[in-house]
Amino acid sequence: MIENNNQKYQQLEKASKTKNTIYRWILFLILAVFAAYYIAPLYVMIVTSFKTMAEIRQGNLFALPNDLNLESWYVAWNGQGFAAGDVFLKTYFWNSAKMVLPAVIISTIMGAINGYALTKWRFKGDSYIFLLFLFGTFIPYQSILLPMSRTLGFMGISNSIFGLILVHVIYGLCFTTLFCRNYYVSISDEIVKAARIDGAGFFKIFFKIMLPISAPILVVTVIWQFTQIWNDFLFGATFTFGKEAPIQVALNNMVLTSSSVKRYNVDMAAAIIAGFPTLIVYVLAGKYFIRGLTAGSVKG
Amino acid sequence: MFWLKRNLPRIVIAPSFGVIAWFVYGFIFWTIYVSFTKSKLLPQYQFWGLDQYYRLWSMPRWHIAVENLFIFTILFIILCVLIGIILAILLDQKIRAEGFLRTIYLYPMALSFIVTGTAWRWMLNPTLGLEKFAQDLGFSSFTFDWLVTPGMSIYTIVIAGVWQSSGFIMAIFLAGLRSIDDEIIKAAKIDGAGLISLYTKIILPMMRPVFMSAIVILVHLAIKSYDLVIALTAGGPGISSDMPAVFMTQMAFHRSEIGLASASAIMMFLTVSAIVVPYLYSELKREDDRK
Repeated sequence: MIENNNQKYQQLEKASKTKNTIYRWILFLILAVFAAYYIAPLYVMIVTSFKTMAEIRQGNLFALPNDLNLESWYVAWNGQGFAAGDVFLKTYFWNSAKMVLPAVIISTIMGAINGYALTKWRFKGDSYIFLLFLFGTFIPYQSILLPMSRTLGFMGISNSIFGLILVHVIYGLCFTTLFCRNYYVSISDEIVKAARIDGAGFFKIFFKIMLPISAPILVVTVIWQFTQIWNDFLFGATFTFGKEAPIQVALNNMVLTSSSVKRYNVDMAAAIIAGFPTLIVYVLAGKYFIRGLTAGSVKG
Repeated sequence: MFWLKRNLPRIVIAPSFGVIAWFVYGFIFWTIYVSFTKSKLLPQYQFWGLDQYYRLWSMPRWHIAVENLFIFTILFIILCVLIGIILAILLDQKIRAEGFLRTIYLYPMALSFIVTGTAWRWMLNPTLGLEKFAQDLGFSSFTFDWLVTPGMSIYTIVIAGVWQSSGFIMAIFLAGLRSIDDEIIKAAKIDGAGLISLYTKIILPMMRPVFMSAIVILVHLAIKSYDLVIALTAGGPGISSDMPAVFMTQMAFHRSEIGLASASAIMMFLTVSAIVVPYLYSELKREDDRK
C-alpha cells in the first residue's frame, strides 16, 4: 500500500513538472519584488551617505552618487568642529560599547545559572518563580519608568553609564533566564542525577557538565541581549542626557536637530554607523539571531 | 552545612528573584498606587481615587493616542501576518536561494527602531524622497506627503513598522511550516488536493498556535511602540500621530504630571496583560498536557 502510494506520488510529481517551471518563474518574481522592498531603504541610506547635498537636491533617491564623497561620514563621526551644539557620534558610540559589554556578560551569566537552577534542581514553587520571569518579558516598560528613574536618582547613578548597565541587566534578566531555562529543560536529567550520585555539587555540575554543552544557547542569549541593549532607545532617552547618552539617543538628537540646514547625507551616514554593529552580528551569526527571535516568541 | 547544600539552588535564585520582585512587580505596584494620587512634579502618597483615570479619559490628546494605537495595531498585524505568510509559503517551495532571500527579508529586525525611523523619514521626505523620484519618472502630479499631513502620518509609522517586523513573522511561519509532517502533505497531494487548497484547507489550519504567537507578539510590540514614533514623526505634525507610550513619557518627564502618566502606563499594562495572560495560560497548559 505504502509503496503503491509512493509510486502514485512520483507520477503526480512528474506530471506537474512543466506547469511547475512557469509557476517557479512567477514565484521567483514575487520573491524578488519583496527582496527589493526590504533592501531599498538600506540601499538608499548607503547611496545618500556618499552624495553631496547638491547632488541630493538635484538627483533622485535611488541614483548612484557621482563619486564616493566621504565627508558626511567624517562629519557624522567627528562633528563639524564648532564648539556649541555640534552633534556627532564618536563619544556616544563608545558610551554604548562601554554599556553593552558588561550588561550582556552579567545578564547572560545570571540567566544561565538561573535557568540551570530552575530546571535541574527543582524545588517547591520554582515554576511560580519561572512564571514571574516569563511575564516579565512582556511588561511595557512605561509601567516601571517612573520608579526606576527615582531609584537611580536615590542611588546617585542617574545619568551614568553605570546606571544604564544596571537597568539593562535587571530587565534583560527575564529574557536570559527564559532562554536558558527553555534550553536546559530539554536536556536529560539523567546526566545531572548521575553526577549527583557521584557526589558532585551544584556548581561543579554547572561548570563541568552544563556549561560545556551550553554554547548554542549562550550564543543565542548573548546575541539577543547585544541587539536589545545596543538598539535600546527608551531607557537611554529617559535615564541619560548630554554626554552620557547611548548611541541611539545621539542619532535621534542628530537627525532631529532643526537648528542648521538639514544634511541628509550626514544623517544617513550616522544611521548606518548606529546600525552597523548589530547588522554585522546578524550577517555573521544570522542563524543564532533567528533562533533567539523564535525562542523569544514561542515561550513557555 | 547540610542546610546550605540543600538550599543552594534557592540561594542562587534568590538575588535574581529579589531583583525581579522589586524592580518589576514592586515598581508596577508603585505605579498603580501613584496613579491613584494627585502627584504632579513629585509623587505624593495620599490616596485620591480614580481621578487621574477620569482626567485621562477626558483628554482629547489621550483619545487621539488610543485611536492611533488602534489604527496602527490593526494595520500592523494584518500586513505583517499577510506578508509573513505569503513569504513563508513561497520560500517553502524548495527555492534555491532560500538562505540568501531569508537573510534579506529578516535583516531589518537587526536594526533599531531609531535607525529604521531615520531611514524611512528620508525615504518619505515630501520634497526629496519617493515623491521626487516618482515625479522625475514623469508622474509630475504625484504627491506623497503623508509624513507632514495630520491624519496621514500615522500610516507612515505603519509602513516603517511593517518593513521592520514582517520578516520576523515570516521566520516564525517558516519554522511552523517546516515542523509539519511531510507525510500529511504527501497524503493530501495523493488525494488530489491542489496547492491552494492544500494550504488553505490543511496546512494553515494546523498552524493556529503559530498565528496566536505571531498576533500576541505583534500586539505587544504595537502597544510598546515608542522609538519608531519618536524617530519618524515625533508624534507630529502637532500631536496627530501620538501614541500611548509617547503620551506617557511626555506627561511623566516633560509635563510634570506623574499621576496622569502613571494612569496611562497602567492602561498600557492592563491592555498587554489582557492579551498576554490568557495566551501564556494556554501555552503553559499545552505544555503540561504534553507531559
